[in-house]
Amino acid sequence: MKLFAYSKQNELQGAVADTASARTAQQGADIRYIAGGTTLIDLMKLNVETPDKLVDITGLPLDKIETTSDGGLCIGAMVRNSDLASHPYVQSHYPVLSQAILSGASAQLRNKATTGGNLLQKTRCVYYRDTAFACNKREPGSGCAAIDGDHRNLAILGTSEHCIASNPSDMNVALMALEAQIVIEGKDGKRIVPIADFYTLPGDTPHIETVLVPGDLITHVIVQGLAPGARSLYLKLRDRASYEFAVSSAAVIVEMHGDTINDARFAMGGIGTKPWRVAEAEQIIKGKRGGADGQATFKAAAARLLQGARPLKENSFKVELAKRCLVHALTTVSS
Amino acid sequence: MPAKNIEHRIIGKATDRIDGPLKVTGQAKYTSDRHLPGMLYAVPVGATIANGTIQSIDDREARALPGVLGIYHRGNIGQIYRVPPDKGFDFKTDEARPPFEDDTVRYYGQFVAVAVAETLEAATDAASRVKVQYQAQTPNVKGRFFEENPKLKVESERGNATEAFTNATAAHKIEQIYSSPAQFHSAIELHGTVADYDGRQLTVYETTQAIGTHRNVIAAMLGLDVQNVKVISKFLGSGFGGKLWPWTHSVLACTLARDLGRPIKLVNTRKAVFHTSGHRPEIEQRIRLSATPQGHLTSIQHDYINHAAMLDKYVETCGEATKYFYSCPNVKISSAVAKRNVGSPTSMRGPGAVPGLFATESALDELAIKLGMDPVQLRIINEPQKDEGLDIPFASRHLLECYKTGAQKFGWDKRNPKVGSMRNNDGLILGWGTAGAGWIAERIPAQASVELGHDGSIKVLCGTQDIGTGTYTILAQIAAEELKVPLDRIEVKLGDTTLPPGPLSGGSMVTGSVIPAVQQAAQTAAKLVLSAAATAPNSPYNGVDEKELDFKDGMVHRKSEDAKAGVPFDQLLKTCKYKVITGKGQSAGTFGGGKPKESRHSYGAHFVEVTWQPETARLRINRVVTVIDAGKILNPKAGRNQIEGSIVMGMGMALFEGGRYESRLGAPINSNFADYVMAVHLDVPDLDVTFLEFANTDLNAYGARGIGEIGLAGFAAATCNAVYHATGVRVRDLPIRIEDLLTSQV
Repeated sequence: MKLFAYSKQNELQGAVADTASARTAQQGADIRYIAGGTTLIDLMKLNVETPDKLVDITGLPLDKIETTSDGGLCIGAMVRNSDLASHPYVQSHYPVLSQAILSGASAQLRNKATTGGNLLQKTRCVYYRDTAFACNKREPGSGCAAIDGDHRNLAILGTSEHCIASNPSDMNVALMALEAQIVIEGKDGKRIVPIADFYTLPGDTPHIETVLVPGDLITHVIVQGLAPGARSLYLKLRDRASYEFAVSSAAVIVEMHGDTINDARFAMGGIGTKPWRVAEAEQIIKGKRGGADGQATFKAAAARLLQGARPLKENSFKVELAKRCLVHALTTVSS
Repeated sequence: MPAKNIEHRIIGKATDRIDGPLKVTGQAKYTSDRHLPGMLYAVPVGATIANGTIQSIDDREARALPGVLGIYHRGNIGQIYRVPPDKGFDFKTDEARPPFEDDTVRYYGQFVAVAVAETLEAATDAASRVKVQYQAQTPNVKGRFFEENPKLKVESERGNATEAFTNATAAHKIEQIYSSPAQFHSAIELHGTVADYDGRQLTVYETTQAIGTHRNVIAAMLGLDVQNVKVISKFLGSGFGGKLWPWTHSVLACTLARDLGRPIKLVNTRKAVFHTSGHRPEIEQRIRLSATPQGHLTSIQHDYINHAAMLDKYVETCGEATKYFYSCPNVKISSAVAKRNVGSPTSMRGPGAVPGLFATESALDELAIKLGMDPVQLRIINEPQKDEGLDIPFASRHLLECYKTGAQKFGWDKRNPKVGSMRNNDGLILGWGTAGAGWIAERIPAQASVELGHDGSIKVLCGTQDIGTGTYTILAQIAAEELKVPLDRIEVKLGDTTLPPGPLSGGSMVTGSVIPAVQQAAQTAAKLVLSAAATAPNSPYNGVDEKELDFKDGMVHRKSEDAKAGVPFDQLLKTCKYKVITGKGQSAGTFGGGKPKESRHSYGAHFVEVTWQPETARLRINRVVTVIDAGKILNPKAGRNQIEGSIVMGMGMALFEGGRYESRLGAPINSNFADYVMAVHLDVPDLDVTFLEFANTDLNAYGARGIGEIGLAGFAAATCNAVYHATGVRVRDLPIRIEDLLTSQV
């Protein structure tokens, strides 16, 4: 771990000003915000992130969960994962979000990790996390050791010839299905970015993962209200029962009219370079019957979502697994 | 016939660990808890190639950092000697090469330099800035050893297995290859050393399961008199075999302490433990079985190959149990080693038998299916009457009783053998599988002392170590039993080479080995006190025949009187001016000699239920019934803990664990606890563990045998067998993965 300077900021504008001069807000940033530190400190110990300066934002007044006028949520970026998951309104209205968070990490990590930080959780690709190996995300141009290497847990969707790193977060998958809005305070003031536009695909710049630029600070996450009676759930598949990243996961939300699916939104984790959502796949099941009668349409939707998948030798099983994951989640939620 | 169990007061009673309060209050000092005045920190630099040579080491930037004392490597490390050849355990190492011996790198992570600094942070930073240039060559970390068609060495043979197999009809024989990946001990405590040299005496605080071996090896490698080396291991955060023999971190720490004249602390990172501190090797086993149509085995061929480091020759003796487990006229066991660019493998919980029984007990299940027989029935009809491998009687074999009890508790008679045919109330498909377990029951030499002090103290001294299994408590129980005093009167001193030499903690042999020595020491101490009472001038019992005296509840008294009417022994010692009275005990070993007269093993049977949900390809272990006969269980609480821990490890072996060597780089790529997947709490259902206590007193007077390893033997096979029953997928390459199960037609 490299020596670094540390300061704490209790003013929003001050925090933005402190990081605005950073060279980048992406991989290798010289100035970084620190909140829960559950990803960043790890990476600093591994010399994968080597900031000169950390700006502690845990004192910012961003730790509230508030309901909005449409029955939605405005979640402060400093809200701890465990607080969000156990919030009564989240549990009653957004089971998918609560379940997704609780399926991730451990109780200790969830007590530390924040909502804003989780949005920026880094990949668990072993090559990224070890400076002895080539990695375009960590060191642009050095190559991708994972493509021909150990990539069982890595992405099959959204990959490029430069990077196949998967986004490991569970919460982000739920937020993607919920069409969350990310509120960002930056040098030029406040802006709101839909989560669908927040993450970038690796392409030939895998070191750039989001639309954030220096100074940008995520302040809130806004989730719209769901229709009364909407049902949701999060299904996570992995090797062991707990404390492991998803091999495949699905966040599903449906509005039913009798046995018919009026509306549906879903996203998948563990298989994409970002939380994966395909609107055309959702269209396939809208207006169709749910539950056991929906198998054929659910399978078609899963096939559509996985269209364009580029599985590699070790992770080709994820295509079939992801299909089963989505079909089972949709069957369960619509039954 | 089982010996009749003798009633004991303390032996055999569920007993809390006497060191429990120290551990839960954080007062137990583990190796890395040692902080000595003036101590320096050492952080090794691991090679980032697995095969090649070091061209140059540039340490200028690292040396220039504040607080850094030096960077040591082949060019400037002090003298390190080789360990003398030795066939036993006294000088055993699995990596014999002195660190920094040459410029050749033979495995990924091999230490090539070490940074020494005033703080851990400075040493870590310095180590990361040492620039090593390598001439890299392609490493060989390949598996699939049989494809190379290596020459096999015959380990054991009776009859003509090849002929019998060839002549058997296809419907009554099977031939399969089973593989298991490198498995890592993953003890929560990292390997580490704190070494302190005062110019004459070297004191080594070490994470070791064998303080005596460690002392001998360090003395030899540093060129010191063995009397001048003291090794201390008071508490161990588990070892599982990974801390049996000295590793290079310790040699480096001790060398630096000797040469720099200041204490050195070196604690490996988790990654370095994966790279440099041993593992169970990757193994391939080929099993050929043939049987009569009725299921009597007519031949067993067991061939196994394990990977080994380039310079060392670790052999995983997978055929150990195969020799005696079943009745079969034609048996051939052979082995080979595949040299690879890997750190040396080492013993891991149940070496040999654990991977061996995974293969043979899986194969037996496959044979049962082929013959259309119940797998328990197949085992019953092949039960031997003697150890046919050595042609000697069994000392105590109760495998069938284990099966009988287990089957009853599990409800095996309700099993429908058809694949995927059973469901639970939640609609999940059930799979039921079973397999047997076996492990050696031996002793190694042990000495112990019991000291009765005039201050009322009762101390048991033994130079063995408690590796987390409950040895402190066991020794206290034995002494308390023999001295007829309450358990809390006993103080136990272990983990120090200045104590009477005790057994290394390996092979599940400590308990069986120390019983005779501690019994003798306690009985002798009590006798000496009575003798003192009968003869000392100031004694109230002066002139009484000592045969008329007894020692009970800490009191010396006349046999004709109640203990309460006697004199407390400490008062007696004070009156008679004895500061301490010491009883000594020792016992010889049984392990590693010539052919034994009896075949000594413990046995067990596992019954495993898995649930299978094809919709999500989700497999979970839902229920476990394990029955073990390891003779008298001295402390059922700690004993159960050993078997339960083994089962959890077995769940990891079956379903999750596997070191992955990166094919191009040779690096064990998943060398951390996020990527090396083990069972977690949520994976573990209720475990039903039963001990059948057939106490055979050949090994010691209590009839106790070791239980540290047997619970792991056979468990992976029982799981694979259950998985087949649920899914129809026969997994022969561990671990069982989601991708394997996706092929299920159930």
